[in-house]
Amino acid sequence: MTNQALHAKAFNQAIAEDQLIGSHCLVCGNISIPQRQICSNCHSDQVERIQMDGKGTLAAFTVIYVPPTSMAEAGYNAKNPYCVGIVALGEGPRISAQIIGLDLSDPETIKIGLPLKQTFVVRGEGEFAKKFLAFEPA
Amino acid sequence: MAKKLSRGVAVVGVGMSKFGVFPEKTSRDLFVEAFQELRQSVQKGFDPKDIEAFYMGNFSSDHFENQAHLAPIVASWVGISPVESTRIEDACASSGVALRQGVLAIASGNVDVVLVGGLEKMTDLPGAKVTDTLALAADSMFEIPAGFTFPGFYAAMATAYLDKYNADPDALLRVGIKNHENGALNEKAQFNQSIKDVMLGKQRKAEQKGLPIPQWDDEMAFLKDPKANLMIAWPLRLFDCSPVSDGAAAVLLVSEELAEKFTDEPIFVVGSGQASDGALAERASLSDIPAAAKASKRAYEMAGLTPDDIDFAEVHDCFTIAEIMATEDLGFFPRGEGWKAAMQGQTARDGSHPINTSGGLKSKGHPVGASGVGQVVEVWKQMHGLAGERQLRGKLRHALTHNVGGTGQTCVVHIFEKRN
Repeated sequence: MTNQALHAKAFNQAIAEDQLIGSHCLVCGNISIPQRQICSNCHSDQVERIQMDGKGTLAAFTVIYVPPTSMAEAGYNAKNPYCVGIVALGEGPRISAQIIGLDLSDPETIKIGLPLKQTFVVRGEGEFAKKFLAFEPA
Repeated sequence: MAKKLSRGVAVVGVGMSKFGVFPEKTSRDLFVEAFQELRQSVQKGFDPKDIEAFYMGNFSSDHFENQAHLAPIVASWVGISPVESTRIEDACASSGVALRQGVLAIASGNVDVVLVGGLEKMTDLPGAKVTDTLALAADSMFEIPAGFTFPGFYAAMATAYLDKYNADPDALLRVGIKNHENGALNEKAQFNQSIKDVMLGKQRKAEQKGLPIPQWDDEMAFLKDPKANLMIAWPLRLFDCSPVSDGAAAVLLVSEELAEKFTDEPIFVVGSGQASDGALAERASLSDIPAAAKASKRAYEMAGLTPDDIDFAEVHDCFTIAEIMATEDLGFFPRGEGWKAAMQGQTARDGSHPINTSGGLKSKGHPVGASGVGQVVEVWKQMHGLAGERQLRGKLRHALTHNVGGTGQTCVVHIFEKRN
């Protein structure tokens, strides 16, 4: 039996409840995000779900002017671009997320290493509204 | 150490369709073209009845053409049923992986003659749907919801690379200029036009329409003009991105002992390596592609060769930053030096390490499932002196192909040797 708290869908279920989760290996101490049922370092299944503290720094980013359908439907386009990045969390691992609260008029001003904290964004309206992980300047 | 192949494998013929936009053709029509050219290229001829297995790379005929289970259909269209026919899907590395499976099948001793193909028909879908389909190669649960697109992933790698090595972003534009110059000499390329030709073309068009003629000092100024070269995913612009393409390519592999029955000038597959990785955020590094370095290490070990032995390479330049990272992942330049090599012309046809003499994915086109085998077509042409105006000088003994799936979740590298 696998632990339902660690199933793949658990990550987005936690996001819906304003929580950022990962997993911690009880054998080697490795931390993964998204959570894993098998430790990628020592292959143990003695893994527990943990809450991440949601603080990190910007490790890589882009500003997207040609969005995929899902982001176009959320109102983004060449004149209203968005930033997406990879955030190195304080616990070690990295995660992909939209980065909000930045001035996107000149992406040159966005610097790798920028301190960030977790937040959440809602895209879509009415019954299609869905919450997503995001980060903003700390 | 990577194990050697249990027996040798030779390439005895190649073929490819033109890469481009072909509204009137399906992927199977394009593969028929590649197969017919392959038949012509086999010096002593061959009977399609001799083919014992068919491995075919294709990313997403399901979405692009509303067709799954494509391998037996394509086999039937080139008249080789009931040969065992298998479709391999590893995103943009599909046909590089198909090549590896063909090599391993022959090395196993189970079969002697294998057809390897790659094909993709991408341009029937509207642009946004193409973007969405390509995005399926990323993790749809944890990467796509963040808002990433494929240009976006490579753009993020570019920011990590440029920051880590304090590199000049002009190096990206130099890769595009160089690959378009090579592609201009390749009649099979989607864009067989240099950036300078593109620039002059835009000026001529404005003149013909009686509009103000845009002025640029040179190609670099043209590429830096946000009106001429639209920003797609900062810092990558339109001319940093490979195009959406239709195309097909094919190679015929045979066991080493049979090679002379087909041709006096085979090229031998002496190295093959493949590796995988997780989602981009999970990698050990964001400024290189770890699986590419691992795959190439295995290929070099199998071949008993080092990067210095490679005379030229076709690498997976789906975006300009990808070529710069590849030249480091493959060991041609030290980490952090690839961008300088691109600036200094070391990867040009007359440079120390010619890269993508075909024009690369950037200029030749990137029908994703065909690109891996398409690279082998260029290796064959260069090694046989058939590359026309883009022919490299001197004796060409070893060449390498580097094919990447997604953002580097799959990487496959092959090394080829010509012995006479």
